[in-house]
Amino acid sequence: MASYAGARPSGRFEVIAWLFMRVSGIVLLVMAMTHLVIMHYGITVNELSFDIVAQRWDGPFWRLYDFVLLGLALFHGANGARVVINDYVYSKGWRLLSTTLLVTASVVLMIIGAWVVITFDAARFAV
Amino acid sequence: MTGGRVTFREGLRYRGGLNMYAWALHRLTGLGVLAFLAVHIIETFFLTLGPDAYNAAISIYKSPFFKVAEIALTFAVLYHAVNGIRVTIQDFWPALWRYERAFIWASAAIFVLAFVPLAILSILPLLRGEY
Repeated sequence: MASYAGARPSGRFEVIAWLFMRVSGIVLLVMAMTHLVIMHYGITVNELSFDIVAQRWDGPFWRLYDFVLLGLALFHGANGARVVINDYVYSKGWRLLSTTLLVTASVVLMIIGAWVVITFDAARFAV
Repeated sequence: MTGGRVTFREGLRYRGGLNMYAWALHRLTGLGVLAFLAVHIIETFFLTLGPDAYNAAISIYKSPFFKVAEIALTFAVLYHAVNGIRVTIQDFWPALWRYERAFIWASAAIFVLAFVPLAILSILPLLRGEY
């Protein structure tokens, strides 16, 4: 369709994005599901507390796990939202604005999340 | 069509079949999970402010409303995962697109098998008045 010409940047970036969605999707299937079952059904939300998180993040395994999960989930989700914007927002200005906001929000959330997972130190609050 | 654009109603009418509903639900659940992820990252940030701040932040989750929201989240994550894997499998083996309807029903069955037990696990404490 002529009006769509140039609307979707085809080529290398889109191919990589397409492949990223599938590869990260497969990894997320395992990681997000495990996270959901452990944190929402093993430990329930009622039992969740600062001490539980401090315990979980005492060793490097769950910290690394949560860091990888954060990155994959956030960029999988952000790219999905980008595709949705491309599908529904036609005007060039609005598309640029909404995509810019999306990318900015994603990067800010990634920085916040990564900073918390990496630098969290429960001992700072020990009494 | 108006000038090559698809209006909302035309979008709903588009083919209108099973595969379109599977696709629409995939979008909806994806955006839903992304919205929760944003909230989740912000609430996790309160960890850096200490036990009192974090426990206060997550106390919002410990309510009947969020227990129901948790069921919705489970629905969204499971549906998005099962349907996403179906699309991925069909994408890597395009010959399988012929059997799309059968694949959709099969993934729906897998989704129900995974979702129902978890939904029951969520509803039981709600019925017991623990939230």
